[in-house]
Amino acid sequence: MRRLMSLPCTLVALLAAGAARPANAAVNVVASTEDLAALTREVGGDKVKVEAIGRGYQDPHFVEAKPSFILKLHAADLLVLVGRELEIGWLPPLIQQSRNAKVQVSAAGYLDASLTARILEIPTGEITRAMGDVHPLGNPHYWLDPENGRHVAKAIEQRLAQLDPADAAYFSARYADFDTRLAQAEKRWDALMAPYKGLKIVTYHNSWPNFAEHFGLKVVGYVEPRPGIPPSPGHTIDLIQEMKRDNVKILLVEPYFDLKTPNSVSRETGAKVLVMSPSVGGVPEVTDYIKLFDYDLNMLISAIKQTGAK
Amino acid sequence: MRPFTGTTLVFIGACFALVPHLALAAPGDAPTADVTATAASDSAQPPAPTAEPPAPPPQAAPPSSKVFNPDISAIGDFLGAVGKSPGGGEPSLELHEAEVGLQAIVDPYARADFFLTFANDVVGVEEGYVSFTTLPGGLLVKAGKMRDAFGKIDGMHNHVVPTTDRPIVSKNLLGGEDALADSGISVSRLIPIPGVFMEATGQVFRGESEVFKAPTRGDLAYVGHLRLYRDLSESSNVDLGGSVAYGHNGSGADTTTRLFGADATFRYKPLRRAIYHHFLARTELVWSRREAVDGPVQNAFGGYGYVEYQFSRRLFGGVRYDNSQRAEDATLRDTGGSLVLTYWPSEFSQVRGQYRHTHFGEGRTANELLFQLQFSIGAHGAHPF
Repeated sequence: MRRLMSLPCTLVALLAAGAARPANAAVNVVASTEDLAALTREVGGDKVKVEAIGRGYQDPHFVEAKPSFILKLHAADLLVLVGRELEIGWLPPLIQQSRNAKVQVSAAGYLDASLTARILEIPTGEITRAMGDVHPLGNPHYWLDPENGRHVAKAIEQRLAQLDPADAAYFSARYADFDTRLAQAEKRWDALMAPYKGLKIVTYHNSWPNFAEHFGLKVVGYVEPRPGIPPSPGHTIDLIQEMKRDNVKILLVEPYFDLKTPNSVSRETGAKVLVMSPSVGGVPEVTDYIKLFDYDLNMLISAIKQTGAK
Repeated sequence: MRPFTGTTLVFIGACFALVPHLALAAPGDAPTADVTATAASDSAQPPAPTAEPPAPPPQAAPPSSKVFNPDISAIGDFLGAVGKSPGGGEPSLELHEAEVGLQAIVDPYARADFFLTFANDVVGVEEGYVSFTTLPGGLLVKAGKMRDAFGKIDGMHNHVVPTTDRPIVSKNLLGGEDALADSGISVSRLIPIPGVFMEATGQVFRGESEVFKAPTRGDLAYVGHLRLYRDLSESSNVDLGGSVAYGHNGSGADTTTRLFGADATFRYKPLRRAIYHHFLARTELVWSRREAVDGPVQNAFGGYGYVEYQFSRRLFGGVRYDNSQRAEDATLRDTGGSLVLTYWPSEFSQVRGQYRHTHFGEGRTANELLFQLQFSIGAHGAHPF
């Protein structure tokens, strides 16, 4: 019997050895979104090979669990995910079928980026789905605050250093460089947005609370009556009245939502519909994390000037 | 045909069950959850950062009493039917099924999934299995009671079937709702081919399902499935499969049924409008070769074609064509067609209406309207793909 049992032992040892990452090879990272992939590239440079699953112009709640993504996860050394149940409809089955011990929940190659981010709207009282598809662990769109981008980049740097200690100094230097560039960009952005503190806006989905908080905007309504519930005529009428009352002239829409209702709200209220990019890759020119805010803020400020919103 | 004895297979099963634990005993193995949790915060020593590390932000603390509870969900499947059907058909009103799902990670090496069904006052374990998710060599091993991997429709729980009922071929040749679901062991492996997802699955079952009835302990049932998937673009993909199944059918002491299947699916979903529109076309073809003690071998063939289009965020339409001989009497062929309309009030409920025309092999026809209300509470499950 001992001889019989030693055969699977040997096979397992051989297979495990074959699965190990060779020294000096780039760390193979799969990120659930293009934002996390962009932050990983900032820190990892040419010591990492990064692929994103969801595209920046795709609703991150409804990415499909395609088998081709299983292949990506199968070969990954590190999975970076947004967390807070944003990917609950599609990432768990991909992880389970990845046949990769490195990226299973709580393994060294599993990094929930939300754990070091500032999370808003964590429910404190009773929540039910009568409120729509609410996220019980808080709003997952936290990457739209550049401070959180910094926290996430730091978490990625630490995890890359753990997985590839030989390049730890390289990752540390890359993080420091990103931190400096981000700080400079933040000064620029804050100066650009300073005249518009307290500006009231409406958004399609509740994707922008961190963005609004950081840049001093006030979200007063949503096109969706509840998260994940499509616009209803009654709610749209209420929204139009509220926007007229509060003189709201900016309506932010994510690129994956239909523009029919926002356009009709716009006709009634004179508000400008802005299809902003909630993610890196949402439009072709947004190729990295800093360009994401450059693009969105430029678009927002020109719309504010155009509409005379206050 | 008797490729393995029961004893051999039980031994193979025991080996698979042991593999994760053996793998973990190997020195230098992949880090486990325990190691990771501490390494990330305590024992790892990243180099001193050149910039000041950010202050730790506030975090949500889960309620401690619930932290190890499995994810619990319950799905109700309420069916209504009108119209005349020669066999009686579905009841006028029925809580067709209530399914309770309990799912959690067992330990760093495995997860467990239980799906208990309550239908017609009978409680059943639709599935209850452990999956070893950390095995080397691209293997995924499941053990317990599970749905079989034959084709596409067999693996689907009722609430993800896109119509109120299953296709005729499923009822005639594959055992209907419970299909070949049985207690057994499933081993699947990714086969590395550049640019293509290829997965081979082998399952060994006790041989006690809607199709297979093992007269003795050694008469196991086997299911094999090969899946090929390829993205044609970011919006479209093709999914092909080939399946085989073999086992004793209970007609006599040594009578068997062999099943061969082929399935093909094409999907189109534009990513920028993924929540509003998609198109799916699917077909499954099944051949059944059934031996019987009291008659000739029955060679029966059947299949279905299904096309689905999503009109808007909440509205889906589908058309299905059915054609299948019967496993126990291949001279009888049932054909049919269905039109289906599904409305989603939210991601957690759906209302469906279906017009079904069936022409039975005996020469009678049925025209029925079927209604379905599905509602889900509890943990957010994975979206079907």
